[in-house]
Amino acid sequence: MWDYSDKVKEHFFQPRNAGPLPDANAVGDVGSISCGDALRLMLKVDPETETIEEAHFQTFGCGSAIASSSALTEIIKGMKLDDALKVSNQDIADYLDGLPPEKMHCSVMGREALQAAIANYRGEEWKDDHEEGALICKCFAIDAVMIEDTVRANNLSTVEDVINYTKAGGGCASCHEGIEEILAKVLEERGETFKAVPVTINKQAPKPGKLTNLERIRRIEAVLESVRPQLQRDHGDIELVDVDGKTVYVSMTGACAGCQMEALTLQGIQAKLMEELGELVKLVPTRAGSLSRAASQP
Amino acid sequence: MQGIYLDNNATTRVDPAVVEAMLPYFTEQFGNPSSLHSFGNKVGLAVKKARMQVQELLGAEHESEIIFTSCGTESDSTAILSALKANPERREIITTVLEHPAILSLYSQLEKEGYTAHYLKVDGKGRVDMDEYKRLLSDKVAVVSVMWANNETGSFFPVLEMAELAHAAGVMFHTDAVQAVGKVPIDLKTSKIDMLSLSGHKLHAPKGIGVLYLKRGVRFRPLLRGGHQERGRRAGTENTASIVGLGKACEMALAAMEHENTEVRRLRDKLEAGILAKVPHAFATGDVTNRLPNTSNIAFEYIEGEAILLLLNKFGIAASSGSACTSGSLEPSHVMRAMGIPYTAAHGTTRFSLSRYTTEAEIDRVIQVVPEIVAQLRKLSPYWGENGPSAEPEKDFAPVYA
Repeated sequence: MWDYSDKVKEHFFQPRNAGPLPDANAVGDVGSISCGDALRLMLKVDPETETIEEAHFQTFGCGSAIASSSALTEIIKGMKLDDALKVSNQDIADYLDGLPPEKMHCSVMGREALQAAIANYRGEEWKDDHEEGALICKCFAIDAVMIEDTVRANNLSTVEDVINYTKAGGGCASCHEGIEEILAKVLEERGETFKAVPVTINKQAPKPGKLTNLERIRRIEAVLESVRPQLQRDHGDIELVDVDGKTVYVSMTGACAGCQMEALTLQGIQAKLMEELGELVKLVPTRAGSLSRAASQP
Repeated sequence: MQGIYLDNNATTRVDPAVVEAMLPYFTEQFGNPSSLHSFGNKVGLAVKKARMQVQELLGAEHESEIIFTSCGTESDSTAILSALKANPERREIITTVLEHPAILSLYSQLEKEGYTAHYLKVDGKGRVDMDEYKRLLSDKVAVVSVMWANNETGSFFPVLEMAELAHAAGVMFHTDAVQAVGKVPIDLKTSKIDMLSLSGHKLHAPKGIGVLYLKRGVRFRPLLRGGHQERGRRAGTENTASIVGLGKACEMALAAMEHENTEVRRLRDKLEAGILAKVPHAFATGDVTNRLPNTSNIAFEYIEGEAILLLLNKFGIAASSGSACTSGSLEPSHVMRAMGIPYTAAHGTTRFSLSRYTTEAEIDRVIQVVPEIVAQLRKLSPYWGENGPSAEPEKDFAPVYA
């Protein structure tokens, strides 16, 4: 059976906001082709303020599909439509303390239902913008379509290329046969033959304790640098203030300061930091309000 | 944990008497059966006894037709690859669309290597078209592999008849019988079956032990070469404790054969009828008049199998599902798809597989719990209205698929 977090189980066994919403004025019906699950998201939006007053769901799907739907309705209730559109599938997964890689598409389905419902409210037509394929790399949840498209777009020819461009195959390496098959197919289309070359996988996440302080801080800064463009797009920013043991203090500035999504954003960055450092760290915002909030937590 | 275990087609509990028979072979009887000294000799005799116990259950003519392997999958691969090596000029292979991945993945790999694979299609009940089969048999075919009973529905394929036809056409015939052995009487000496796979853990022996039956005289090329174990047909030091356990399990299965086909069958029928009487929009899948006595596969429409299993598990009931989400691959059950079961039903298929340990009280409990669970999940389903499926389920809810 899947390794579901307690949060996933809780939202499956006691789903929030399940069932029809008779006076809904925004409805999104979407399904995931990769597993056949489907979801109807129903919203009651206040036309004056464009605020989501109520959110209900009905789901034909597995445990994590139901939990993702339930989590989504909890996340978006009370949000303005424009803010709700910023909710990513990672936000849904984070809210549930993570999903198994094979089940990430359940959170994608949630985000798509939200987009479809908002498009429905605004009288627009929603179109799906991605195609899902068979899951190849389980370590990083990368599917065949993504690998094939990347190989094609960048003229890749080795497994190592694929690892560098998509991360697929950079973990346990069990999927290299599958990656080689995709490469062989695309190379044949290009009129080339696939040649196997030994792969060296960069050991990017060394064991905790092996990093010097300087290396640690450099890595933390690199992570913050990588998320900065995203934050700046939303007119916000993030700065590293201090690193004290397992606690990383940052300051959220611009539109990020006081944003409703701050907690979720921080969670996402924290997850990235942990992946990069290979250890548990806590990301704490040092803005006056946030700091007192953080301090009040046990 | 004292749960209700109705997933015996996945694996079974090792019978305590089997464990007891095995234990000495971890301790005082540790010898290598190939050794000449008394340490090894006694173990060699125990292996011989186990071989005869397996022979008896299968109705094989000679004990030397029994080759011990590590599992059903190894037996399958050994059989198919041997047939190909023994008949290098034959480049076609036949099987059915309902086989276990142990066969289907191998066939798909062989296709990549240049073989032409024919997959026999099935009707809504999972039955093959014998005329199509007869047309495909030719001297270009190296091997036919057809499962005795399907793991999901329990339905039988007519393997005895199909083996006769293959034999008449001069084609080798293999059957994956991991679900059938121990549950239905088998008499290989009167059949034309050339090779048969079985797996210990499906009949109350431990995991990690299997058998390939190889009819005397059938041309054979080993998968593993090395020492002279298993008369050079499967090299590698014998898994003696498990072999002894499998022998004991076969003896016990033979003794319980009547119970399996009367009492277990009665409980299965009671379970199925009890659930179908209480749950609307549900039906049994497969060839229900021609199947294993222990298996019932019920499709619950408009809900999804993994959700059913998680809730059953909360009540301590273990079953299994053909839903996409319960397999690591996320592919919906190829068995249900091949039988043309609509996907709103295929996703809700739930398999209950009993054993000789299943009790009446357990069955009564499951009959009581399942309708509640189904009703609870249907409340969440976009295909379901107040008291039944919405007027036109497929039309009232037609999601955009991505």
